Amino acid sequence: MIPRYQKILFVVLLIASLAMGVVLWQLRERAHKRLVAGESSAPTTAPQVAPAEQATLVAANDNDNSLLPQVHSLPLPADPGARARAVLGRLLDLYADPEAKHPVPGGAASVMQVFLLPASRDAQSRDALAQLAVVNLGSGFAASHPSGLQTEALTIDSICATLRANLPHVAEVRFLVDGQTRATLAGHADLTRTYLTALAATAEGTKP
Amino acid sequence: MHWSKSATTVFLAMAALLTAAAQQAPPSPAPRFVVLIDAAHGGDDAGGKLGSGTLEKAANLAMSVRLRSLLGARGISVVTTRESDSAVDSNRRAEIANRVNAGACLSLHTTESGSGIHLFASSLAPAQPARFPAWKTAQAAWVTRSLAFAGVVNSALDHAGIGVTLSRTALPGIDSMTCPALAVEIAPQRGEDNKIDAEPDDADYQARVAAALAAAVVQWRTEGRQP
Repeated sequence: MIPRYQKILFVVLLIASLAMGVVLWQLRERAHKRLVAGESSAPTTAPQVAPAEQATLVAANDNDNSLLPQVHSLPLPADPGARARAVLGRLLDLYADPEAKHPVPGGAASVMQVFLLPASRDAQSRDALAQLAVVNLGSGFAASHPSGLQTEALTIDSICATLRANLPHVAEVRFLVDGQTRATLAGHADLTRTYLTALAATAEGTKP
Repeated sequence: MHWSKSATTVFLAMAALLTAAAQQAPPSPAPRFVVLIDAAHGGDDAGGKLGSGTLEKAANLAMSVRLRSLLGARGISVVTTRESDSAVDSNRRAEIANRVNAGACLSLHTTESGSGIHLFASSLAPAQPARFPAWKTAQAAWVTRSLAFAGVVNSALDHAGIGVTLSRTALPGIDSMTCPALAVEIAPQRGEDNKIDAEPDDADYQARVAAALAAAVVQWRTEGRQP
């Protein structure tokens, strides 16, 4: 038989414990609010906007199978890889236009990264600073690209010629899709090989 | 050793007879002229989709059948890479072409983009024939002849009133072929307002293109450019 005074003591202690728990929870919430209020989310560093520069985009035309250079003004970062990505992004934005002469959905977001690496020995024997550009495209771009020998070849050639026009040391180009090698762009153009930008530049401006 | 006068006479007469016989013997038969027709894609690889809803693999096969019939009617031997909706990889296509020692190879494609006929030769740089050419660049020794063949095909299509664009590009199957090889991509026929007059799977349009290609192959054979 538990004495009456022990029962009362147990109830009092239980109520005290619960009260202390509630008080501690409230103190924790107050401390959290104070910390959050103390953090400033205001921007403290102004973003650097790259100055607008002239870039040459070698645009494809499905109607006459031509590649013609166009000069555009766009902000270009100083980093060569980011610069290459910006230029190719603008080129693919041209193709994403519904009235484009070489319509390809996707736009700038399709160029995920452009890595610049030393080119092969063969290319470096002609230009000591020759570079290999590895263009990583999004799988959505490849999936939505129109299928056909000419249209796929024009996309590849225009990317290669645009890189050469803006980064003259880029002598070779390889393509990845979502970071992986892929057999073809949309069933035709070979994406397993290394493309020479000099050949794409030869095709530039050609009309039948 | 001294031969008698009669023995010498007999010997000379036999030599004369043998020479005459050799001159009258029929010449060795000319190598058979074989054309390889490669209907691109097939099986799981459907290729593109045309505006009419037809899959590229089906339109390519229909074109292959038309061209094979026209060439057969002109007495030209034809080998095809596929006769049904079956998957054939690019290496296998090149193996078939190289095994038959084809005098001309045509890889047939269809597309919804562009207009007219897009003719492609390999973008490999021309190279001297080698005894053991590398598989992926075997076409390099044939590029010059492929470009000459492209000229003949271009003329035939132009003569038929079909617009042509000529290009060079990397073609995995064709780059391994040891024959004058071209990829022929049939795009829609468009009017001056860029509206489509005939889809690539249109029977009449395909018949016109096939007739022009057959005429080009006959011209290519008679010009003696085949190996």
